[in-house]
Amino acid sequence: MKKQIANWGNYPVIEANEEYFSFPDRLRELILKENGFIPRGNGRCYGDASLAKTTISTLKFDKILSFDRQAGIFECQSGLTLDRILDVIVPSGWFLPVTPGTKFITVGGAVASDVHGKNHHIDGSFSNHVLEMDIVLASGETISCTPGIHGDLFEATCGGMGLTGVISRVTFRLKPIETSFIRQKQVKAGNLEELIRLFEEYREYTYSVAWIDCLKKGPHFGRSILMLGEHAGVKELDPKRQNDPLQLPKKKQVNFPFNLPSWVLNPFSVRAFNFLFYSKNFKKEINNVIGYEPFFYPLDAILHWNRGYGKKGFVQYQFVLPLESKRGLVEILHRISDKGLGSFLAVLKVFGKQESIISFPKEGYTLALDFPVKPGLLEFLDELDRIVLQYGGRLYMSKDARMKPEILQHGYPDLEKFKDIVRKYNPDEKIRSIQSDRLLLTTN
Amino acid sequence: MATILILGATSDIGMTIARKFASGKFDILLAARKPEQLQPLESDIHIRYGVNCRSVAFDALQYGSHSEFFSSLQPKPDISICVFGILDDEEQAFNDWHLTERMIHTNYTGGVSILNVIAKYYIARKKGTIIGISSVAGDRGRASKLIYASAKAAFTTYLAGLRNKCFKDQVHVMTVQPGFVYTKMTENLPLPKLITSTPEEVADLIYKAYLKKKNIIYVKWFWRYIMLIIQCIPEFQFKKMKL
Ligand SMILES: Cc1cc2nc3c(=O)[nH]c(=O)nc-3n(C[C@H](O)[C@H](O)[C@H](O)COP(=O)(O)OP(=O)(O)OC[C@H]3O[C@@H](n4cnc5c(N)ncnc54)[C@H](O)[C@@H]3O)c2cc1C
Ligand SMILES: NC(=O)c1ccc[n+]([C@@H]2O[C@H](COP(=O)([O-])OP(=O)(O)OC[C@H]3O[C@@H](n4cnc5c(N)ncnc54)[C@H](OP(=O)(O)O)[C@@H]3O)[C@@H](O)[C@H]2O)c1
Repeated sequence: MKKQIANWGNYPVIEANEEYFSFPDRLRELILKENGFIPRGNGRCYGDASLAKTTISTLKFDKILSFDRQAGIFECQSGLTLDRILDVIVPSGWFLPVTPGTKFITVGGAVASDVHGKNHHIDGSFSNHVLEMDIVLASGETISCTPGIHGDLFEATCGGMGLTGVISRVTFRLKPIETSFIRQKQVKAGNLEELIRLFEEYREYTYSVAWIDCLKKGPHFGRSILMLGEHAGVKELDPKRQNDPLQLPKKKQVNFPFNLPSWVLNPFSVRAFNFLFYSKNFKKEINNVIGYEPFFYPLDAILHWNRGYGKKGFVQYQFVLPLESKRGLVEILHRISDKGLGSFLAVLKVFGKQESIISFPKEGYTLALDFPVKPGLLEFLDELDRIVLQYGGRLYMSKDARMKPEILQHGYPDLEKFKDIVRKYNPDEKIRSIQSDRLLLTTN
Repeated sequence: MATILILGATSDIGMTIARKFASGKFDILLAARKPEQLQPLESDIHIRYGVNCRSVAFDALQYGSHSEFFSSLQPKPDISICVFGILDDEEQAFNDWHLTERMIHTNYTGGVSILNVIAKYYIARKKGTIIGISSVAGDRGRASKLIYASAKAAFTTYLAGLRNKCFKDQVHVMTVQPGFVYTKMTENLPLPKLITSTPEEVADLIYKAYLKKKNIIYVKWFWRYIMLIIQCIPEFQFKKMKL
């Protein structure tokens, strides 16, 4: 049935025919019947990666197939969302090997965007932990692949934005934990140089991420808070919690009821940041033990916070620059703060090495921030793209709704190889999205 | 541990009912035409909720097999819920007796056949619960749901009679009247968002109503009033309406 759909940025909004399936037979039927479709998970990518005139939603294909509680190996259908997985694995002493900043994404989406977390420099991206998966090709055939068997298909599916086929089943390795809590350290940095020094000083920490104030100019340009974390051991919990160290967080969420005018969210995050930054007990650093939800998913506490940007929506801009291009980072941040179009906060992380043909992460600094859609924005982002390329960086397709094909081309040296594999498994370009058409990954 | 039998378990509503009762620590018996399709749901339920879950073959239209089907179940279910149903294109069915007959038999005759067997067993033991999913469509006949609505009306009436018949033997019968629900059955129909439920909402309400031993529930509650209003329209006027 036709309906209006959009991903997390509410930009663009399109009319699409959304199909669902609960059983593999029906998926095969849909794939054979439809011409020009894209698999869709929970629509948490920001832009147009999972939009097309027909989408095949995996959300009803969400069964847990096996969970080896001794070995920490988990097998499920691709439409299962991470929040449901956490409910099952955490009480048994396991955690996701890699998690993005929201738990409301599907396993299929985690593979297709090859998502990264705050631990990329230690644990790599999601696909590094995938042992095996099934992919249903455009021909309707199902292929099981591992990094070694049908390795080309495996490699092009991780980060391949759905273009090789519909991922239907995934087996991946979990990470052992003693408790469901995180030992957190927050450190204040007065400016960007200090922040980068701190990242290096604390590089042994499993989890790290920083919030940067993009508006501050002068000597405090780049003032920020670095957040570091480790899974807490039982002995680090206060005695009350020690008899139930793997407890799940209580479910409570507030819903953002409707689209707010776009000025509301900014002051909100400004206030949250300033509150933290100037808080009396935050001299230089705070150390505490908190639940995994506020550490990994602070934004999930407000369902539909994206509506805070209003009806016109927003785009998220995320790029990575090689470690040696710190100057590029400074230049881009300056541009953003001068122009004043962006959100107040930007998120900075460090990526470790990664070997893959189409996944976004590569060693360096990655910065992400939101831009409410406004006149002049697209031109400005094109300008930023050129700086990113000039410093040897690239953009994340999962956040993208607007980049030009040449930006992708220059940022991803293995792009031709990727396209060849897509052509091999999706020869008639039956599987295509608005994004793949725009980026000329599929030809119109 | 108590067991629930779900007849028509491959349905979108049936699968969510299975998860809901499993979360309440019921063991689950899934009955469907193609039980092999349900293996993933079996493992899902077992892993999430730690209860037993298995699937058995069942076809609502094979009346002759129903008695044997039920006697082969071990352990016997404490609750049996009848979820299967079918909604074909009514215009096509009007012109094709085969389709009309299948719609009547799936929505009515099949339910009567299997529930008679189960009711006899529960009556003899003086305990058990039967839940039947009918539809608000059965509350008034209309052109666009000619056969489906009449079969559901018959099924609703059967459930009311069965409730009356079983009452003295402590067997409880609950009728569920869903309005619009987003499922496979309705995926090509434009449903008004405000009054359409999700299968999860249906399963939640059925579970709560089961615990409270309700007789008849509408899902959601306002459908009772929507249908009351529709039933109040005088026939001379109703027959002229396009519904
Ligand atoms: C608040 C927030 C924080 C985020 N933080 C991070 C972060 O820290 N790190 C990070 O990497 N990402 C992050 N993201 C992005 C998000 O993790 C990815 O976009 C993810 O892919 C979304 O998954 P989804 O299930 O919603 O899929 P969708 O958004 O529906 O689809 C995303 C892509 O996956 C493809 N896809 C989905 N399912 C399948 C399938 N079964 N088979 C084949 N292809 C499929 C789609 O075609 C599309 O190309 C964040 C998003 C939000 C909203
Ligand atoms: N969706 C709505 O808006 C709505 C509204 C009111 C009432 N209802 C009722 O709710 C119930 C569940 O339907 P649903 O919406 O969840 O639709 P659904 O997903 O289409 O389910 C229908 C189910 O009936 C099963 N079935 C059909 N013929 C059968 C037979 N001969 N033997 C055994 N099973 C048979 C199907 O099994 P297969 O998988 O083998 O085909 C399927 O699982 C139905 O009784 C329906 O009438 C639905």
